[in-house]
Amino acid sequence: MNDNVTSQQKLLPRLFREEYTKMTAVLYRHFGLKHIEIAEDIVSETFLKATETWSVQGIPKNPAAWLYVVAKNKAKDYLIRHTIFETRVKGAINLDELQFESDFDFTQQAIDDSQLAMIFAVCNPSNSIASQICLALQILCGFSVEAIASAFLTKTETIKKRLLRARKNLRQDNFQIKFLSEEAIQSRLDVVLKTLYLLFNEGYFSTSNDHLIRQDLCSEAIRLMLVLIESPSTNTPTVNALMALMCFQSSRLEARANNNGEIILYEQQDKDQWSQELIEKGNHYLIHAFSGAVHWQTKYHLEAAIAYWHTTPTNNDKWEHILQLYNQLILIEYSPITALNRTFAFAKVNGNKQAIKETEKLQLTHINHYHALLGYLYADTDLNKSIAHYSQAISLTKSASEKKTLQKEIERLNKTQY
Amino acid sequence: MKEFVLIFRLRDHADSKPSPEQVRERMNWLAGLAAQNKLADKGKSLSISNAKTITSDTIVTDGPYTEIKEFISGYMLVKTDTIEEAVELAKGNPILKVGGTVEVREVLAISYSS
Repeated sequence: MNDNVTSQQKLLPRLFREEYTKMTAVLYRHFGLKHIEIAEDIVSETFLKATETWSVQGIPKNPAAWLYVVAKNKAKDYLIRHTIFETRVKGAINLDELQFESDFDFTQQAIDDSQLAMIFAVCNPSNSIASQICLALQILCGFSVEAIASAFLTKTETIKKRLLRARKNLRQDNFQIKFLSEEAIQSRLDVVLKTLYLLFNEGYFSTSNDHLIRQDLCSEAIRLMLVLIESPSTNTPTVNALMALMCFQSSRLEARANNNGEIILYEQQDKDQWSQELIEKGNHYLIHAFSGAVHWQTKYHLEAAIAYWHTTPTNNDKWEHILQLYNQLILIEYSPITALNRTFAFAKVNGNKQAIKETEKLQLTHINHYHALLGYLYADTDLNKSIAHYSQAISLTKSASEKKTLQKEIERLNKTQY
Repeated sequence: MKEFVLIFRLRDHADSKPSPEQVRERMNWLAGLAAQNKLADKGKSLSISNAKTITSDTIVTDGPYTEIKEFISGYMLVKTDTIEEAVELAKGNPILKVGGTVEVREVLAISYSS
């Protein structure tokens, strides 16, 4: 009995996590976007029943199959109850005409199709991008409101409200999830990629100090990208480019934080800790990203190419390549972070002195990274200015681990002064 | 914020085929401008060989002005508060190193009401 309980305690959270999103996706697709809560209720009830039953009878041999059977039965029960109610009240439906033809198919193919359809449903342009990410985390990844709030450093109340509005919009959307049309894919793929890109970045660059949540966000983004890659209808060069980018970035996840969760700067990372497996995966997707006759050059292609160069050892041309890629990237889309990263590459090619001029033209004085970059660039030539900029960066950042990292840098500079 | 068009002119046809080094330099300058979020439109380069000029009596002649020594090689749009700022940006363009010129003109909003 005791063994039962402990093994159950270990198994259940992992199993529920894995199966929740699969089961809800299939049921969402069946009940439609108007009734997403029915699907969620059925899955929650299924897990409740599993917890109760398994604590007495032990865990079945194939727990996932057990869950699917229970969920199927509960869904059918719901439909029958619902139908009886409808026929008694309205008297209009002929029971014989009712078909349970889809029969709640939990095969791998059905799960994949449902998840793909739900990804496109959730990335509804009528919701703000922030809401889409929250909704994706809740509906596609099964995150609790608390976990989402913690990832975004936001109050749970705010997240609840955001989700409530977003779900209302989702219900009102006429998006067809039974059969994901070519047209729907065409019109929404950009939004889907942007949402998954930001979901990943939220994990990779998040100010949240919870290292585990951040890794979760990254791996969830990759899991959803894999759904896109595995479906021929969405396996496009651009999708591969974004996937390559995520693999390259993830290869450094372990190396870029120490045991205290503090950020370790790129140049100080232990390169042996970079995951070769993920780098190789990244290379694989990058090749697919640049396949075909078309000269692909989306921002994901450029960012993936930059990330690729970051996984290679430094040689004479490396930073020149990176600078040229950043040059193209900034021409596609301006962002302060791209501007600052470009200037860092500029410094590597043209030296700190010229880069200081280039940086100061940016006038991004309200951004912590701007001061951190100037702190770095002045470190060789003007200690006082360097420390002053690092201090400003500290006062502008919200991230505790970043504050620590910058503080260490100031201490190091102070030591060299005397 | 105003928009200014930068019009690039060259004297020597040979300069319209820049070396890889010149291309890189120009790209760095352009991206530096974009990094300041002052690029409104990266514009286009214009062909010298495939060009015609139409005059008022609808006579079409080959090329831009063969009798004129300068030709327009391209244009782009920047966004700055003042023309002085736009001029400062233009001063960095590598075309000036090979004897080219840059003309800076404010883009006027067309008023259809009057």
